[in-house]
Amino acid sequence: MAGQVITITSGKGGVGKTTATANIGAALAGLGHKVVCIDADIGLRNLDVVLGLENRIVYDLVDVVEGRCKLRQAMIRDKRLETLFLIPAAQTRDKNAISPSDMQRVCDELRVDYDYIIVDSPAGIERGFRNAIAPADQVIVVTNPEVSAVRDADRIIGIVEAEEKGPAQLVINRINMDMVNKGDMLAAADVLELLAVDLIGIVPEDQAVLVSTNRGSPIAMDKKSKTGQAFRDIAERVTGKDVPFAPQDGENGFFGRISKLIRAGSN
Amino acid sequence: MAGFLDRISGRAKSADSAKERLQLLLIHDRTNMPPGMMDDLRNELLEVISRHMDVDRSAVRIEIAHEGRSQRLLADIPLKSTRPRHGN
Repeated sequence: MAGQVITITSGKGGVGKTTATANIGAALAGLGHKVVCIDADIGLRNLDVVLGLENRIVYDLVDVVEGRCKLRQAMIRDKRLETLFLIPAAQTRDKNAISPSDMQRVCDELRVDYDYIIVDSPAGIERGFRNAIAPADQVIVVTNPEVSAVRDADRIIGIVEAEEKGPAQLVINRINMDMVNKGDMLAAADVLELLAVDLIGIVPEDQAVLVSTNRGSPIAMDKKSKTGQAFRDIAERVTGKDVPFAPQDGENGFFGRISKLIRAGSN
Repeated sequence: MAGFLDRISGRAKSADSAKERLQLLLIHDRTNMPPGMMDDLRNELLEVISRHMDVDRSAVRIEIAHEGRSQRLLADIPLKSTRPRHGN
């Protein structure tokens, strides 16, 4: 079966797209799948450091597109997970160095030998974003439970639908249950109701994510971490497995509200 | 309990404000219609309808509702009871 291209995007910057890409990629590789992560944020290379692979870069995505190297030469294999690869973004070029059809071509070549190609989209709705969604079979939109992030997610979900890449699937990142319980943060169920889209993951706010980024070791590789588990659950759902959503607080029938919304959305 | 305390202190939960603001915001973003334009639409609609029917302007409700990700314009325009027309 040909590999699947999954694009991770958000509209707003800083909501955790690159972290989600690294972790979903690592979790899929942890399940034994052959995975390539592509950093499509040309000019602002980031996925390499989150994955801890920055010292091994020789060639990048623009080198591949412009024919300076073979695709295999730009792929960096992770030493911890041997079925995980990275194609880094160019650091010294801009988003116009590649086109949506270049991305299609690169991804089509990768589909032959790999199970999942995870594309990390830049923020915004311009060329870089268009490049990132062009090859997508599935689009995952990352948002935070925060007014401006939800608004931008809604715009992106609309564009993804208009481009016939929908329905988009939502990751709600950085939920802080203490704040939700105090009534000072939108609950996952509220965000889901506002955006009226399929949910694929809820990730708690966790300082350990910064620690794992400091070390260049995605938290999904930490078997004991709850946040890592949230990313591993997303990876399982990506493969089509029906993984129930963990109750977030065990009160007020929160889980019941979520599952009700999911059922309503799938009818 | 927190809700009760908020009520007696008169402070609404900020998450509720966020949700209410987003509900309106997303409707206007999705329809590409700035909030101020609803008033223009309302006035123009009433102007046209009033040419043909006697409208109870004070009870008119025009709003955009959403079902999932699709929107619809809802207009509830009560008519004043009219005398039967001549010839009927």
